[in-house]
Amino acid sequence: MDMFKDKLLSSFIVFENQLNGGKNTPFHQQRRKAIDVFEEKGFPTVKNEEWKYTNLKPIFNKDYNVFLSSEESLEFRDVRRFFLSESDTYKIVFINGFFASWLSSTTHQNYDVCTFSAALERHRDIIDKYAGSIGRNEDNFTALNTSFAREGAFIHVPDGRAVEKPIEIIFLTTNNENNTFSQPRNLVVVGRNASCCVVERHQSLGEQASVSNSVTEIFADEGAQVTYHKIQNDGENASLIDSTTVKQKKDSTVTIHTFSFGGKVTRNNLEFDLEEPGATANLYGISILNNRQLVDNHTVVNHIAPHCQSNELYKGIYDDNARGVFNGKVHVYPHAQKTNAFQENNNLLLADTASVDTKPQLEIYADDVKCSHGCTIGQLDEDALFYLRQRGIPFKEAQALLMFAFTTDALQNLGIPELKNKLNRLIARKLSVSLDFDL
Amino acid sequence: MDILEKVTNSDYKYGFYTNIESDKAPVGLNEDIIRFISAKKEEPEWMLEWRLDAFRNWLKMTEPEWAHVKYTKPNYQDICYYSAPKPKKTIDSLDEVDPELLKTFEKLGISIDEQKRLSGVAVDIVVDSVSVKTTFREKLAEMGIIFCSISDAVREYPELVKKYLGTVVPKSDNFFAALNSAVFTDGSFCYIPKGVRCPMELSTYFRINESGTGQFERTLVIADEGSYVSYLEGCTAPMRDENQLHAAVVELVALDNAEIKYSTVQNWYPGDKEGKGGVFNFVTKRGICERNAKISWTQVETGSAVTWKYPSCILKGDNSIGEFYSVAVTNNYQQADTGTKMIHLGRNTKSTIISKGICAGKSEGSYRGLVKIGPRAQNARNFSQCDSLLMGDACGSHTFPYIEIKNKTAKVEHEATTSKIGEDQLFYCNQRGIPTEEAIALIVNGYCKDVLNQLPMEFAVEAQKLLEVSLEGSVG
Repeated sequence: MDMFKDKLLSSFIVFENQLNGGKNTPFHQQRRKAIDVFEEKGFPTVKNEEWKYTNLKPIFNKDYNVFLSSEESLEFRDVRRFFLSESDTYKIVFINGFFASWLSSTTHQNYDVCTFSAALERHRDIIDKYAGSIGRNEDNFTALNTSFAREGAFIHVPDGRAVEKPIEIIFLTTNNENNTFSQPRNLVVVGRNASCCVVERHQSLGEQASVSNSVTEIFADEGAQVTYHKIQNDGENASLIDSTTVKQKKDSTVTIHTFSFGGKVTRNNLEFDLEEPGATANLYGISILNNRQLVDNHTVVNHIAPHCQSNELYKGIYDDNARGVFNGKVHVYPHAQKTNAFQENNNLLLADTASVDTKPQLEIYADDVKCSHGCTIGQLDEDALFYLRQRGIPFKEAQALLMFAFTTDALQNLGIPELKNKLNRLIARKLSVSLDFDL
Repeated sequence: MDILEKVTNSDYKYGFYTNIESDKAPVGLNEDIIRFISAKKEEPEWMLEWRLDAFRNWLKMTEPEWAHVKYTKPNYQDICYYSAPKPKKTIDSLDEVDPELLKTFEKLGISIDEQKRLSGVAVDIVVDSVSVKTTFREKLAEMGIIFCSISDAVREYPELVKKYLGTVVPKSDNFFAALNSAVFTDGSFCYIPKGVRCPMELSTYFRINESGTGQFERTLVIADEGSYVSYLEGCTAPMRDENQLHAAVVELVALDNAEIKYSTVQNWYPGDKEGKGGVFNFVTKRGICERNAKISWTQVETGSAVTWKYPSCILKGDNSIGEFYSVAVTNNYQQADTGTKMIHLGRNTKSTIISKGICAGKSEGSYRGLVKIGPRAQNARNFSQCDSLLMGDACGSHTFPYIEIKNKTAKVEHEATTSKIGEDQLFYCNQRGIPTEEAIALIVNGYCKDVLNQLPMEFAVEAQKLLEVSLEGSVG
């Protein structure tokens, strides 16, 4: 891991020289600070409590290309399957970290749906105000991302506006020759009583190993409504470290759905700051894994203000040698009275070699609160299976039917019908059954 | 609010100091002190070697910092590691016990004499570092039960001690266990032979009396095949401005088909209302279950300034059962980080965890638990429930459960809630003419019922009273 760390540190100097004029901006000062943090902390090891169950050594012992080359030969039909096809959407597409304008459809009318680099030119005030102010700058990977932050998606919805179409953000990597390391940086700023809905996806198209270290900062002002979907269905050599931090003001609602179906190692750091009364945070997650895949969901909800709500529901199904990790923390600050926090994590283990490590935590410093968490680990109900098979449903389909039912809770709040169908198909494929029942 | 303050402001009743002349070792810790302790206790050579080995391991270790507690680390060179009430001579009957000492125990509400006759509980009493009296020893011996202080056991039953000591909690297990292994001065030893059901509750009463001392006791309970024993433990200390260290180790061995029930009512001095003084209670308790065996831990934790305690079960044998019932009450500036570990290794193993935390004043209570299901533990089952009750807006309550599952047949459930006493519940009681304070006592009692029900009769009454005292006036 040290070798790659050194490479990153020296790459920073190269990167800095590429910036030319960008060196003098306030944002670049943040990059400098961040690289110092990363230099001090390096990559986390399993000795770090937050990484106790996820060993990164096998990933970062390899060498990766940090500066990727642009790829312009891809056409829409090559990657069509990764998009929502029926719905009309805004699209922000990146290939190897470069904006692919011919695949995208962005806008600056009424609101901004564009790239981080465009915003660095166009909306420097917003970047300086929000970028880096929401993320956890002391976190190893956030610091690393910040120090190289240049490109990613940028969404800015001014007060009172609603983005009427879903926004798709897709990061593609073509890594047929080399291992790749990419670091997208996204910023979503939603103004007072404004709203938007986002679907985000990381996809590698090649055979070689790829790692994405993605950071997303979301700011929801008073009364804002934000729905964010993360679809993680990458190849067997692709790993993802995703850090998403959300800051919420009065009466805002932010919902984040995380669907993890693939990838070698997927780590989701999700952190919410509920800063003003009346804010609601919803976290839903479904993980269905097999082979040697690992998903690690780390969530933190900080109830800083009174009268806030958080709901958290994570479901996992693990087969073969798959591993699931869940670490959910609800932190209720002093004086955050009348907090309602609910957390649930349910897991199904299908194979002897699969395993689950879960650690739901409550840290509470206020007395007038209702906080609960529950977590279960179990198998499919034998009686239910027997019932279905007795009625002529083959074992595999019967199993799949029950697993669908198991995940439904976390799926039912989806606002985009097409996305729901797409996810149902993905789940069906993952469970290797043909879907002939409608949900 | 007023009532709350009143309740939380009640005083610690056991804070007196008895003026008994005592025999103390020089302050500090080094190999010579360990040799001194070992010589004082007339121990065999192997025991000394074992202690020294533990001490050398301890020197290499660092004090753990992962627990959710804050305290000034004790200076381990500033503690007196051996203090015994003087004169130390063999005591055969109660008449020979120092009358001052007897008075102490009367004040504590455990008149040895009375207890001996009335309740039929065999008591081993440990003051500071030394066991002062074990009752009913002869009567138990008739059934083949050995119940004595551990130092007697080292001398009289070396083969048993040698075979089991350190097998459940290895001497280098953790910082405090290693320290205990090096300097433990006394504690209780109990052996129940094959197929014997111990006819009475065995009980140990611990008391720190001298200032500047630490208490390091070691308890070893062995239940041989098919036997049963119920064991009680209680503790108090005088009120002092300094923080006294209590680092105990308890090892339970339940062989095939045996059952051990271990109950603790911990009421060390918790410090005053400003958080000054109080006992640091850093305890390692662990039991191992062989085939079809059962270990049940019940604890009522109301005392200590800082508690660091995780009574655990290693479910090694098939069909073995582990249970953990706990009520932890913290008030004023007390801090408790307590919970359990259930390690499922055998097939068809079961465990139950019921933990009830009550926090008042400026205190912090944490539940920290581990449920681990190994790859060979087919059909393992666990149920955990951790509830916290908050009284007052300055206290904190935390839950840190770790659940690690490596077997697909495992069924594990965990649930936790945190809330305060419902206003509607209080209103309901008030409406029916029950004053607020009594209503709270009623609700808290109901809340803890699942755990208190597990305690043996004599203790249940004491624990209930203790709960009332600890929370007196803490109603918000």
